[in-house]
Amino acid sequence: MKVMTCPVNGPRNIAEFQWLGPVRDDEAPEGRALVEHLFFAPNPMGVLREWWQHTPSNTVFIAERHLNTDEILRTYLKGAGTTKASCAE
Amino acid sequence: MPLELLKYGLRREHRSFRDIPPTPDLRRSYDVVIIGGGGHGLAAAYYLSNYHGIHNVAVLDKGYLAGGNTARNTTTVRSNYLTPPSIAFYKEGVQLFEDLSQELGFNIMFSQRGQLTLAHSDGAMRSFRLRAEMGKHMGTRIEVVDAKTVREICPHVNLDEGGAHEVLGGLWHEDGGTARHDAVAWGYAKRAAEKGVEIHQRTEVTGMAVRGARVTEVHTNRGTIIAGQVLQAAGGLNGRIGEMAGIPLPIRCFPLQAMVTQPLKPFLDILLSSSNLHTYLVQSSRGEVVIGGGTDPYQLASTRSSLPQKEALATGALQLIPCLHNVKIMRQWAGITDITPDFSPIMGATPLDNYWLDAGWGTWGFKATAVAGKRMAETIATGCVPEILRPFTLERFERFELLNEMGATAAGH
Repeated sequence: MKVMTCPVNGPRNIAEFQWLGPVRDDEAPEGRALVEHLFFAPNPMGVLREWWQHTPSNTVFIAERHLNTDEILRTYLKGAGTTKASCAE
Repeated sequence: MPLELLKYGLRREHRSFRDIPPTPDLRRSYDVVIIGGGGHGLAAAYYLSNYHGIHNVAVLDKGYLAGGNTARNTTTVRSNYLTPPSIAFYKEGVQLFEDLSQELGFNIMFSQRGQLTLAHSDGAMRSFRLRAEMGKHMGTRIEVVDAKTVREICPHVNLDEGGAHEVLGGLWHEDGGTARHDAVAWGYAKRAAEKGVEIHQRTEVTGMAVRGARVTEVHTNRGTIIAGQVLQAAGGLNGRIGEMAGIPLPIRCFPLQAMVTQPLKPFLDILLSSSNLHTYLVQSSRGEVVIGGGTDPYQLASTRSSLPQKEALATGALQLIPCLHNVKIMRQWAGITDITPDFSPIMGATPLDNYWLDAGWGTWGFKATAVAGKRMAETIATGCVPEILRPFTLERFERFELLNEMGATAAGH
């Protein structure tokens, strides 16, 4: 069972979580930047910062996950910094 | 062809032969370098060498021949899409498959048995009606059928009357079929190699030299080659290869998992899928039931498998055909799909003059193997993107002219 650590509820089965996509700028860009914002999502061969939701408690938070290994490196609430470390698997 | 086979069968001595020559040394330069030795790259090499007189071609593959998504897909060939450009393109793709064994002199085991997609909701029925009308308008064989007809076409389907997943009807696509994926790649490779195309396995592209608006050199782990023109057809690695050429692509990677059961006597003579349950089933000519579905729920560039996804596939398969409940799973695997924002591929020109794209195939690259290979070869040989490929240009995102095919995936994403 793959486990993800919710910053509020602790380690839970990953089936309880929903992936919401990469973290991106809050500001609405224009022109070419808008095209990139809409269609050219990050797809790194490395770590991606992304939004996740713990669906039973509706907790939305940020995870840092490696896209080659599927290792979850950190999870934290927005604005809470990276103090709340967590481990994967 | 049948006479040749008879003559071969009656011969006294049968000498062994190789379908594909061993990987030769890299030469200093090639007229065309194809990055990716999967079905698409090999098909392009075949049409370049057999129809356009371009023989000085190298196909480069990081691993072994057709070992990526060509080996990992679930071998569906169909044209039941939504937008006119897609239907026209995939219709030509199906037609090429119909004659492909003859064309290649290589049995690709094409079985045009029809595809039945089930609807368990009014929303799905509504989208089927739209797809059926679009398909009929474009001249493909497709119609909406009711639950009674579903039972006639496939008596094994659980109609689940009064249940949570009651079958309301289906989309019956008679043009749909399946073919042997390895044979398609090997057939193209064999006939391309006969015309002088070099197939370089275990040759990884590590970088490219771009001067002005041209790629001049392709760097590999076996040395540097000078390229006249370059075709990128790298499957799950398209995003990364695009970066090497300085061309960012609107592609994200998701794993797509599948599995097969132990062999059973033939009982399923159609391709069966359900867009609501995200599951599809096809019985191979060996009797194994191939079970596939939607992509993983989050972005990843790994071919690892996961138990939740396998459980979801099994749940869907058992809902559709409950008599599979005691059947064992024999093998399971995953491939990396390169998904675009509108679920349509990216084909044709790039900002570079001599660099062509055949990418973003997401979850339906196999059915397009023949048509993409043929049309990309035409593009490279003439330097002009044919009409049928133009809607799939990379520039469509800048112009907001998307080709939304998200609803036309076999499993509904």
